[in-house]
Amino acid sequence: MMAYLPSLLGGMLIGISAVMLLLLNGRIAGISGIVGRLAQGTNVTTNLAFVAGLMLGPVVFLYVFGQWPDVQITVGWPLVVAGLLVGFGSRMGSGCTSGHGVLGLARLSSRSAVAVATFLTTGAVAVAVMRGAGL
Amino acid sequence: MTRQLLQPIAALVSGTVFGFGLVLSGMLNPARVQGFLDIFGVWDPSLAFVLGGAVMVAFIGVRTMYRLDKPAFDETFQVPTKKRIDAPLVFGSALFGLGWGIGGFCPGPAVASLSVGLTESFLFVAAMLVGMTIHDRIWSRRG
Repeated sequence: MMAYLPSLLGGMLIGISAVMLLLLNGRIAGISGIVGRLAQGTNVTTNLAFVAGLMLGPVVFLYVFGQWPDVQITVGWPLVVAGLLVGFGSRMGSGCTSGHGVLGLARLSSRSAVAVATFLTTGAVAVAVMRGAGL
Repeated sequence: MTRQLLQPIAALVSGTVFGFGLVLSGMLNPARVQGFLDIFGVWDPSLAFVLGGAVMVAFIGVRTMYRLDKPAFDETFQVPTKKRIDAPLVFGSALFGLGWGIGGFCPGPAVASLSVGLTESFLFVAAMLVGMTIHDRIWSRRG
């Protein structure tokens, strides 16, 4: 059970962050939306501030725990395909793991429930196929 | 202080807490994410606690929002109003999930991981921005 504690605490921090953005700025903490709007040049200062904070997170972790967090990436060229799919798909589906996963489920949105069930399923399929192909 | 200043400050603090939460939870690590999605292999259930913890806290925030007239630093709450489950929602989420499984990255962790400085992170985020731009500037404006 203790192995799951950092995940639970980290998840709760993500929740606290989302509540802050919601109750202070009145915005949904959906990362694909924030990054997408930033790329479109909408509400640049505030969106850029959030993205800067996002990148500060690992730096804060470095200062607190004295080491950079683990980022293990095992795939080669498929990573580019993955990036294209994540970018296009999250914009087409109006959200990603944060907007649909965290806030959508918290808002009891049926659209988000469908989105989460869909991307968890295709995500599991992708991993199974990759494992099968030895990638 | 004016809202022009308060909104970015709130966003910066919120973003930092979000980024730190992603790291602490293990979501920043694509290998962990793929372990979570590997339900037919050696399944690592820990990341389910990330979603569980986040939704639990966010639920309280959403309930609080319903009792407030407006957010602290703006005039209105901007939350999605769309109810209909349509093809773009399902098809887009399906494509997103495939990419999430292949790379182990979703947008938040990918962007947050840039400060760790791996070439792969930059490659993924660049491809993701291209994908977003193709959707927003070409796909959604096609005649």
